[in-house]
Amino acid sequence: MTFTASPAGMPAPARPLVSLRSVSKTFSNGTLALEHMSLDIGQGEFVSLLGPSGCGKSTALRIIAGLGAPSSGSLDWPTSMHDATGKAEPEVSFVFQEPTLMPWATVYENVWLPLRLRGISKKAAASDVREALAMVGLEKFETAYPRELSGGMKMRVSIARALVTRPRLLLMDEPFAALDEITRFKLNNDLLTLWEKFGWTVIFVTHSVFESVYLSSRIVVMAARPGRVFTDMGVEAPYPRGDEFRTSTVYNDCCRQASDALDAAMNASVPA
Amino acid sequence: MSEILPAPASSATSSGSGFRRALGLVFSPTLVRILVPVLMLFLLLAVWQWYVVAHKVPPYILPSPVLVANALVKDWPILGAALVVTLKITFTALILALVGGVALAILISQSKWVELAIYPYAVILQVTPIVAISPLIIIYTPSTQVALLICAWIVAFFPVLSNTAQGLKSTDHNLLNLFELYRASRWQTLFWLRIPAALPYFLAGLRIAGGLALIAAVVAEFAAGSAGSGSGLAFRLLEAQFRLNIPRLFAALILLSVTGVLIFFATSLVSHLLLRKWHESALRREN
Repeated sequence: MTFTASPAGMPAPARPLVSLRSVSKTFSNGTLALEHMSLDIGQGEFVSLLGPSGCGKSTALRIIAGLGAPSSGSLDWPTSMHDATGKAEPEVSFVFQEPTLMPWATVYENVWLPLRLRGISKKAAASDVREALAMVGLEKFETAYPRELSGGMKMRVSIARALVTRPRLLLMDEPFAALDEITRFKLNNDLLTLWEKFGWTVIFVTHSVFESVYLSSRIVVMAARPGRVFTDMGVEAPYPRGDEFRTSTVYNDCCRQASDALDAAMNASVPA
Repeated sequence: MSEILPAPASSATSSGSGFRRALGLVFSPTLVRILVPVLMLFLLLAVWQWYVVAHKVPPYILPSPVLVANALVKDWPILGAALVVTLKITFTALILALVGGVALAILISQSKWVELAIYPYAVILQVTPIVAISPLIIIYTPSTQVALLICAWIVAFFPVLSNTAQGLKSTDHNLLNLFELYRASRWQTLFWLRIPAALPYFLAGLRIAGGLALIAAVVAEFAAGSAGSGSGLAFRLLEAQFRLNIPRLFAALILLSVTGVLIFFATSLVSHLLLRKWHESALRREN
């Protein structure tokens, strides 16, 4: 069996990196974005949050990032140092759906930003910034401005900026949704290579079944209105995964099952 | 390539484009952009001169261009001194408007309370015609110069304030989230995010304020009136009208126009230099 689906949730990893305990979020307009969401994210996992729009997957990611507190429930970081407000320490990095670069700053200055905000000078940050740029293959574009780069390259800069703080947890909110398929496949492969090499934990929000199966070690399918965990399933295909994985029967089976789970989640959601 | 292609019966069009290409070699696009308006100017001046001479229009109705040029040279001691006065008022007002407008915009962006307390009154000050306020200002100020300065400042100040305030509020929400995620302080967010993001808005305000400062300096002098050594171009213009010295009136008018155009170019240049590397407004579209 290459694929396990257990609606009750995966057996919790020994020491989760972060746990959502019955987290609910109500927006100021009264929308119930998340209801009693509980989820353990184990160290080193690559978890995709997959679901229809309005299922609260981005909201969950933002709560984990510390952008907006949950209305009820709590967030636990069993293995990390966190302050009393529950805000994520800088060891958490976030990649937005848009590259979200400062247009007036060069590639170097954009990647330097997280370190600059911690008071690290441009010179002192140089080796870290160059290392992060090398990871995404943009070491030759230090002095370029964002407007001079393609969509894929902008996203690479955005990823380099997230990596420059050497995060333990990387939160990605549909980072490749706006890119063409060829660029997306390339960035998927590069992201997996980096993940295997550095052993971060990744939470990856997507609405693409194929992308989630290709990347993840675990897929959390969510249902909408209110947003909640619908199915929690493991993708038990070995890494490294390359282009041959995309054509394998394992991949196909996983895609079909994830797709079925997503359909079931859509049917369980109140129609938009 | 073109030599290899068989020459078809397209000689008519190719000779047409060849002519255009030859013209392009002699006159670069930049040269054409300067040359055409200059030629137009000379044409208009020639027509004007011919009309005045041919119809014997008296100089107190419409002076010929030659007469105006004469006045410009002959009256330069008076007009030049007046120009300096007007320029002083304009630029002092503009600089104070930039400092005050930006400072107040930053204050407003940092506190909702300050915005609620101040912004409505800035609007009221702006929408009340300056000509209507100037008599009061003259009563309350020690000298006409100060009164003119205050008038010009009131007019130039608002576009800087409202544009900069708008810019400081229009920061990309994702970038704000990013700064929050990395625990940026209020000042880090202000100096490294909000202010650079507001720069294009501020510069648009600067271009408006530059023109308005000159206009307000002139309008205020019309309203306030001034005399003697401290009088600016507006007073000289009125004075020339009273004395039916119409050539001098035209000369003063030309000085004002040229000043306005130079201020516009200067502020546009500053804007271009500051934005050319990153902002869409300063970029050539590549298609």
